[in-house]
Order: sequence, then C-alpha cells, then structure tokens
Amino acid sequence: MFQVRFHGRGGQGVVTAAELLASAAFREDRYAQAFPSFGSERMGAPVMSFCRIDDKPIRTREPVTAPDALLIQDPTLLHQAGLLDGLRPDGYVLVNSSRGVDDIGLAEFAARHRGHLLTVPATNLALANLGRPLPGAPMLGGLAALTRTEQTVSLDALLAAITERFGDRPRVAAGNSAAARAAFDFVTGELDELKAMTHHA
Amino acid sequence: MLKQIEGSRAVAETVAMCRPQVICAYPITPQTHIVETLGVMVKKGELNAEFLNVESEFAAMSVAIGAEAAGARAYTATASQGLLYMSEAVYNAAGLGLPIVMTIANRAIGAPINIWNDHSDAMSQRDAGWIQLYAETNQEAADLHIQAFRIAEELSNPVMVCMDGFVLTHASERVDIPAQSQVDAFLPPYEPRQVLDPGDPVSIGAMVGPEAFTEVRYLAFERMRRALEVIPAVEADFGAQFGRGSGGLVKQYRTDDADLIVVALGSVLGTVKDAIDELRDDGVQAGALTITTFRPFPVQAVRDALGDDDRLRRLVVLERSLAPGAGGVVTADLRTALATGDGGPRDAIISTVIAGLGGRPVTRRSLRRMLTRAARGELPEFSFLDLDRHLVEGELTRIRAARRSGPSAENILRALARRS
Amino acid sequence: MPSQRIKFYQTGSFAAGNRLLPADLRSVQSSATRSNTLTCGHRACQGCGEALGARYALDAVMRATKGKLIAVNATGCLEVFSTPFPETSWQIAWLHSLFGNAPAVATGVAAALKATGRGDIRVVGQGGDGGTVDIGMACLSGMFERNDDVLYICYDNQAYMNTGVQRSGATPPAARTATTPAEGPEPGNTFGQGKNVPLIAMAHEIPYVATATVADLRDLEYKATRAMDFHGARYLHILVPCPLGWGSSPADTIKVARLAVESALFPVFEAEAGEVVSATPIRRQVPVTDYLRLQARYAHLFRPEERTDVIARIQASADRNVSRFHLSPEGR
Repeated sequence: MFQVRFHGRGGQGVVTAAELLASAAFREDRYAQAFPSFGSERMGAPVMSFCRIDDKPIRTREPVTAPDALLIQDPTLLHQAGLLDGLRPDGYVLVNSSRGVDDIGLAEFAARHRGHLLTVPATNLALANLGRPLPGAPMLGGLAALTRTEQTVSLDALLAAITERFGDRPRVAAGNSAAARAAFDFVTGELDELKAMTHHA
Repeated sequence: MLKQIEGSRAVAETVAMCRPQVICAYPITPQTHIVETLGVMVKKGELNAEFLNVESEFAAMSVAIGAEAAGARAYTATASQGLLYMSEAVYNAAGLGLPIVMTIANRAIGAPINIWNDHSDAMSQRDAGWIQLYAETNQEAADLHIQAFRIAEELSNPVMVCMDGFVLTHASERVDIPAQSQVDAFLPPYEPRQVLDPGDPVSIGAMVGPEAFTEVRYLAFERMRRALEVIPAVEADFGAQFGRGSGGLVKQYRTDDADLIVVALGSVLGTVKDAIDELRDDGVQAGALTITTFRPFPVQAVRDALGDDDRLRRLVVLERSLAPGAGGVVTADLRTALATGDGGPRDAIISTVIAGLGGRPVTRRSLRRMLTRAARGELPEFSFLDLDRHLVEGELTRIRAARRSGPSAENILRALARRS
Repeated sequence: MPSQRIKFYQTGSFAAGNRLLPADLRSVQSSATRSNTLTCGHRACQGCGEALGARYALDAVMRATKGKLIAVNATGCLEVFSTPFPETSWQIAWLHSLFGNAPAVATGVAAALKATGRGDIRVVGQGGDGGTVDIGMACLSGMFERNDDVLYICYDNQAYMNTGVQRSGATPPAARTATTPAEGPEPGNTFGQGKNVPLIAMAHEIPYVATATVADLRDLEYKATRAMDFHGARYLHILVPCPLGWGSSPADTIKVARLAVESALFPVFEAEAGEVVSATPIRRQVPVTDYLRLQARYAHLFRPEERTDVIARIQASADRNVSRFHLSPEGR
C-alpha cells in the first residue's frame, strides 16, 4: 500500500488533489481511497487530505499516520509542528515552492532524503497554464515523477483523471493537464540533475 | 459499472435509480452532498421526481409522511441534530407504517456541537420503530439503499440506512454502481398498503385509546419480527441478482476459531479487520462480528455467529456511542441476546470499549493495543479508547476547586490548546 | 278573534337552507347532495364553531373540486372529535400526522399527487389556531414560501381548546385562558402579544388569503370556493367560537361570530398576492362590549367592576381595524 498525505489550506484544492490521485490509480486498475481530514473547512485554514493506493481492497479508515509521501501545497505550513510526522524513513516529500529546499529551511532534511525531497513551483505552473493559483494538479504531476520508481501512478493515468474530472470545462481540464505535465517534467529534470550530480560526486 | 466515486455521490446515484418520487431534505453536514447531487439530477431532468427544499428536518420527515400516505415513494436524509429535530415525525412515520427510506450520515449529537462521526444520532432513535441498517463500506451503503426500499415497502415499515459521516460520505473509493435495469428488476414500483385516494377514502392517523393501542403497537413489534426474515431474504436475492454480498443481519470475519471477537457496527470494521489480521499474525485468535442490521436486533443470528462451543472466551464490543448512566448501547442488546435462549456463548467475558466519539479516529494501533490487553484479560469491563486522562483530570480538578468553574468544553479546549 | 302567528319567508332571503333561490345562489349547505365531508356522529361539543366551520368550508371545497380532495389535519379538537377510534366522521381521504406539521404533510401529499400524475386531486391542510399560529408556524411559512399547491385552513377559536383552553399566539388581549388567568392588575392575556396570521400570510405574497366566520355561511363558502380557483399556497382563516373555551352559550356561536365581525374585532377581507382586494364593510359598528359580554372569558372586565380602561384598549384595536382594513360602510 502506498499512502499519501496532502497538506494545504482550505481553498487550495487539497481534497480534489487526493481524489484525482485516487481516480488515476483507479484507471490503472488499482484500489484507491481518498478522503479529507474533516477539519474546520473555512478558507485559509490548514487542511489535510489522504490517499491510499493498493493492489488489493483497502479496508482501513483511519487517517494516514505513516505516509509514504507528503505533498505540501502551501509552504507556510512548514512551520507547523508535526507536519512531517510519520513519514517513512525513505519517504517522499514534495513542497510547493519556487525556492529550493535550502531556502525553505529543509536543507538538512533534504540531505538525509536525497532525491526524495523536492520543491516544485506548482502555484507558478498553475498560474501559467491554468491562470489560477491552484497547485493540486501540478503537485500530482510532480508526485508521479518523484515516485516513479514506486509506480504510484503514471502521468497518463493522471492526465486522464484530470480530463474526466473537469470534463464539463475543457479549458480548465486542459490547463490543469498542462500544469501537471509541466510539473512532471520539472521534477523529472530535477531528479536527473541530482542523479548526474551524484555520479559526479 | 465500477467507479471511483465519493460515498455521498454513490448513494445519490443509487437512490436515484430506486425511482423515488418525492425527495425532501434539509441540509446538514455531512449529508449535504447526497441531497445536492439528487437535486442536480432532478433539475437536469435526469431524475423524474418532486424535489422539495424544506424549511427544517421536521418538515422533511413530514413531507415524506404526506407523500408516502398519498402513494409516492419518498426519500430523505439527515444526521445528528437534524434527526433529533424530526424525532417526533420519525416516530409518527413508523407508527403509521409508512415505508420511507432515510439516509443517516452518522454524526455526533451536541452539546458540545460536533460535526464528526459517531453513532449517537441513529442510536437515539433505536426505539422509534425504524429498521436500522449500518453500512461498512460505500459499496454497501449504496447497495443497502436498494435493499432498503424493498424491505420497507414489503413490510410497510420505514428504514434508515446508516453510513458514517465523513468517513464514508466524503471518502472516494471504488463502488460498483448498478444499472437502472438491474435496480428495476429488483425493486418493483411502490404499491401502498394504505393510500389517500378520493375514490376510496380512508382516514389515516386516528387516535387510539387504551382499548386498542397495545394491539396496534404489537403489530409494530410483529413487523420487526418479520423483518428478521425479510432482510436475509432480500440480501440473498440481492446477492443473486447483483453478484455480491451486501446487507443481511450480521457478517463474520475469522470468527470460526476465534477466542476473542470484536463486535461493531459501520465503517470502523475496516480498520478492525486490519487489526485482527495483525493480531492473528501475533498468535491471537481474534475475529470480528459485524452487525449490519441493528434494528431489529438479530438475536439468533448473533448467537449463531458467536458459536456454541467454549472456545470463545472474550467479546469486545466497540461502541461508537455512549449511553450516559448506562454505558454501552450495543452491549446491552448483545448481553440480552446472549443471556437467554439456545446456543451462543454464555460464559464469554464481555468488555465494552467506547471508541471514536465525535469523530476521533479509531486507529489500528490503538485497536491492537486494546485487543492485546483484552486477550491477556487486562481490559476492564468498561473503558474509553484513547481517553486523555490528563485532560479529564484537569477539568475535574477545576470543577472541584470552584463553583463557577466555567463551561467544561471550553475549558478542555483551552487546556488542549495550551498544550500544543 | 284569536290571532295566529304567521311566519313569512321571503324568497330572496339568504337563510342557509333556502332552496327558493336560483340554483347558482343557493348555498352548498342547502343541497341535499352536499358531500357532508364531516358527517354526523362526531364528538364535538354542543355549539362547536369549528365543527360548523369545517363542514361549511370543506363541503364548499368538495363542490369546487368535484370531490377530488385529500385533507391533512393537525392534532387538535377537530382531529380528536372527528376520529374517535374506531370511528371516523370524515367521508373523504384524510390524514392526521402530528401537531406541528400539517402544512408540511399537506405539501408532501401535493408533491406525491404531482409526482404520480394525479395533479387533478387538490389538497387541503387544516388545523386549529394552536397548530397553525404557534407550533405549525415554521411549516406554514415554509409551505407559503415554496408556494406549494395547498389550501391551508385555520379554524381559529383563539386558544388550545383540546388540551383545556390554554393561551395560544391567537388568543386576543384580556381574554382569560387557563394560562392567562383573570388575576392581578392585568387580568387575562397580555396586550401587545399575538400574531396576525392573515397578515403574515399576505407578507409571503401567496396567491390568495381570506378571513371568514361561521356567521356568514355564504361568504365562507364563497371564499373556500374562490380559493380553489388558484393554484399555489392559499390561506383561509376562519373565526370559530368555542362555547366551552369562550364561556359563551352554545346557542350563541353564530351570534358571537357575527358580533366579532360587527364590532370590527375580526376583520373580514380577501387578499391576493399580498394586497387586500376586498373587505366586508360593517354597516353598523357595534361597541366591543356587545361582543365581550356574551363570553365568560371576558367576565372579569365587567365584574366586580367594569374595567373601562381595558375595554377602551380593546375598542381602540377594533377601531384601528376599521381604518386599517377600510371596514366603514363608505369603504376606502
């Protein structure tokens, strides 16, 4: 089972992101469960959502406390205590930021989780492709790239899920898809760079 | 058709296929998505029904009563405070024998106000005369609605389908949504036992005095007794026609050779089963009994499931609600079932664990810890899972220290905030 | 020569049962084939205004709908005295659910009829003032707001009579009830309280609102019939004296209702979409005392001493009705 925990603020599409990831996994004939943290859902308040993916039916219903991946859609949440709690030792963290990991105070963490903690300018990619600061889809694109060795979800499945979800609004679907693809390429590029640096180190 | 879909939506799509003719509901978290989806379907012309935005839950149940009495299939949904607000009408519907189907998106009852999941709402109405079915998954939640209309109309008794608020209603998971033709084949059009018809007028809702009230109530009792036969029959028919198990009275998980069995209702059983598997790996012979039909309480089915031999030593009833002054709710019915009659383990030690009140997550880790203690005989007869004793002691100290100790809920929240 | 009293009947009289009138001017009650919707054998008190009002109103509605009617009744006197198990006085399809939900249940019936293609069958919701003004107000307002196709009839005897004459939101000022006893410096019900439901109904701008009393059969029948010309939410408020609760003679029920109208304490009018379209003028306004004296619930205003101060306030409210609803003979 692969478990993802999303952190964001109300209004940033954290719940939609979890559902899209689940839809993508479903398209690849896998079982998936997505649900929100059910906190006070006013705009701007910190919220969490969860997604589990497995090849067999998922029975458990508790919140994800031992995530394999963390998607942090709002970097201002990083100061929250316990944000990274439970992450498996070689787990993945993707942070929505146009700055590097060092600039957001995660240099040490990044060093210990080389290749598993990255930042991606998801909001910028969303603005560029969708015209709105909704980082969910690009974050998922980034996740698909970041966790490709675990085969969580393919980019194709993700794009298909996005298209289906926003089927009645083709421009929104296209914008989100483009942002997701751009983020996928960005993260892929980052990982390739890291690999290259490692080889040269 | 298999879909990755939010629980509320799955229920709405399935209910729509049951061809309700009057839908009347008042919004309350966490049922809103169900009714909103149905509303959209009606507005778009995908569902041919009268959709009424009523002014309260009391009005919602009342509209459903009027609609069923006039011969239309009616549906509503609510939770928590809303269910309490319509309570008078809930009893009225059952007393009149009107086969309304209602979804309860299980949510705690205040005060303190709480929008999250537990079973206190449905439990508050357990004696109202409604059949109560509890869904373990969103698949079952959808399926139970189809069965509910049939059970209700066959018996002329209303049915509430309970699905855990947020945990199921707002979770997206894989659900097989049936085809309209399948549902039509399973659920015939509503044929009322009693109906308001100018061509054949009757008076419905007479006052009944001491000379006949007992007999009329006995008939309600008899309907519930018959339900114990109808529910499994409908379950079997559903299985035959839809190709999967859903509904029924009880379900068993690894209980055959278990010496410790967890008894529970609703979605928590998913997490319980994962905990059971882990315990089994640890060498604990654990199992789980799901009570799908809580009203009528399936006494014989429970006895049959818990077995006749002496192997079963412990029962842990995982309660999602609390009866202040009495303890557990399900425990009471379980004890009654086991104390009388033939079969069933008479000597099993029963422990009540109050868990997940007001939406506190019931974690696999806590369950494991608790059940391991149970297996070792270290679990008290009555306990609260994951109770923060320190928080409680703090407030009790405050209460003992001064008369004007202030509102307890706020004090506890403040103490909790100070801690973090 | 011994004289013999000869009773004269004018052919033009509007006596209730007068069948000497042209067919279209005869009352519904004069017809031998009237529905008798609420037939005899019920357990109402002698002189019950509500039993009279219900029969008058529903027979008229039954004629207007050619018998295609379903009635929903709130808990109260009417429901209790008409359906003493195992008997029922209702000769129509009739449903009683709860005290506070008759409007909502009626809405449900109407929705079901529409959903099942039987929209030609009409729906009446009915109840006393308690079930309408107080506990049923939320459901009534909801029904008005949605403009559900229901005629709601309130039989107003100005207190919770079924349970022993307790005060309701329709109890008039100074009236004695079990919970507004004639004690203290301000005996009876408090001034400044009470709801005017016809005005509340008008505020919802529903298609038709009307008031009537059991004193004027033809007016009541006309309004019940007129209401059925409309679709959507309609409201009929009928004053029905209660001899028991009002402490009036059972023989005076109609007389007391007439005095309520003639004193201007109960304005009789019709409104459409929130505007008054007609009001029954008072030919000769009578002082409120003529009305009050006939009812023991106002006895404390006359004994041990006449409370001219209280009576003056009641008179003032009556006079206010005259100007507000244009009830003077000259009209507007």
